Amino acid sequence: MSPRLEWRVATLAGVRQETPTALTLLLDVPGWPGHVPGQHVDVRLTDEDGYSTQRSYSLAAPADGDRVELTVQRVKGGEVSEYLTDTFSVGDPVELRGPVGGWFVWHPSRTAPVLLVAGGSGIVPLMAMIRARRQARSRAPFRLIHSVRSPSDQYYASELRRATRDEGGLDIATVYTRSAPTGSARPPRRIGPADLELYGWPPQFEPTCYVCGPTGFVEKVANTLVGLGHDPRRIRTERFGPTGD
Amino acid sequence: MGIVSPGFRRRRRDDDVQLPPGQYLTEDFPVLSAGPTPNIPLDRWEFVIASETGQEYRWTWDELQELPAEEPTVDIHCVTKWSKLGTSWRGVSLDLLMEDVETTADYALAHSYGGYTTNLPLEDLLDGKAWIVYEYEGSELAPQHGGPARLLVPHLYFWKSAKWVRGLQLQEFDELGFWESVGYHDYGDPWREQRYAGD
Amino acid sequence: MTQEYQDGNALAGPLAELFAVDVTAATGRCVSCGDTRRVADLRVYGHALGWVARCPSCEHVMLRLVRAPDAAWIDLQGTLSLRVPLPPA
Repeated sequence: MSPRLEWRVATLAGVRQETPTALTLLLDVPGWPGHVPGQHVDVRLTDEDGYSTQRSYSLAAPADGDRVELTVQRVKGGEVSEYLTDTFSVGDPVELRGPVGGWFVWHPSRTAPVLLVAGGSGIVPLMAMIRARRQARSRAPFRLIHSVRSPSDQYYASELRRATRDEGGLDIATVYTRSAPTGSARPPRRIGPADLELYGWPPQFEPTCYVCGPTGFVEKVANTLVGLGHDPRRIRTERFGPTGD
Repeated sequence: MGIVSPGFRRRRRDDDVQLPPGQYLTEDFPVLSAGPTPNIPLDRWEFVIASETGQEYRWTWDELQELPAEEPTVDIHCVTKWSKLGTSWRGVSLDLLMEDVETTADYALAHSYGGYTTNLPLEDLLDGKAWIVYEYEGSELAPQHGGPARLLVPHLYFWKSAKWVRGLQLQEFDELGFWESVGYHDYGDPWREQRYAGD
Repeated sequence: MTQEYQDGNALAGPLAELFAVDVTAATGRCVSCGDTRRVADLRVYGHALGWVARCPSCEHVMLRLVRAPDAAWIDLQGTLSLRVPLPPA
């Protein structure tokens, strides 16, 4: 690998609608060097005047040759996410550099229990870990807690349903913050200690915890995990910031 | 610069207006912050000009409000390439604040609540070129745009117009400010496109 | 309540232009309060003239990075030391 990170030109090969406001972009990147689940890329847009802006997006799946996947949540007023979800079309080029990030990653060779906690589109890098676990036939015990506003905001729903059925050692819980499916025992509310105790691992199991989502969500979940007795050194976090656009 | 993204446009533009080189017109007012927005209670707010001899000239919030105000309407140019035309402000001219200040200093380092600094030649703050403003478009200046009060020096790139301004240190030497010390231009004239050190 | 910052993971790309190792996995000590923090956990104000990374404990600026078209400036005055994990020699 070249030590110096360079911008590459990727081409949009296809899209998948994940939720009413989120799309997965399937991109072909000639010479892609491969990546570890949890890593991200920087995407750069430039207009005719030379105005240019960049954002970070998590890779949603393990690499498949030169093909990489990004899931982009459309943020109202976000000039990059609105372009990528509304205007960017199959066959269009886009500049991308990566993979980058060596901290918020899971190596499929690890066997320790893993707790994944996602707020909204924070599931994207965690989904890459779940997919890499399947690809590597890992037996590492995984639990995912996904906090979403309503049932229509669930990402990767059918794939995750299949995965919990077919893959041993993977448990998935969805908690709803605004509206829950009918018949749901848990009323809609923000994620709290009871959810993390019920759907997570006891601290004695010493799981590695990955928490990803909006800044406020991540602060709250990470503090709650510490409060429940999890070692801060085993909690890894990734925050989108104000807009995540 | 990279390849052009097909169909990607910055939000608004207008080719008819004369703008500094490399600038584009914007209608909104982007917020750029290097840190958290400070919360400054008005009863504790003060503005201090400190001369090179250590003499200090202070104004409380109420004292600033009692000074004759001006209402400049000016164009502003951000080094990140947006320009906004005809913005209107209300505040006190630095000529007035500097009137009784005894100094032979050539430079000023503006300090802000929250720790931000920016450096300017003192002459760029005088002769009707700079203000301490506390209203924007007829309303009190919002915290994310620098309220309660910010420096306004519209003939230089907008990072020189320090948000949350707290005072000026006058000195005989030029001391680099927050952005000037990590690569941004010492002076920052948009019409000469002085973005980075060496431009 | 507005959360105006991202975290240090966002620095991975900009720093990878300059360094051969992944600096976001390194641990830095804050000059101001002495806390040690993973670079990935710093508070990053990125929609500005450059990237400004602050200590989550005391908000002191630990790292600044400015990217011009043909150069980058990095300032680590606020970081007393940086512990960079490396594979065993």
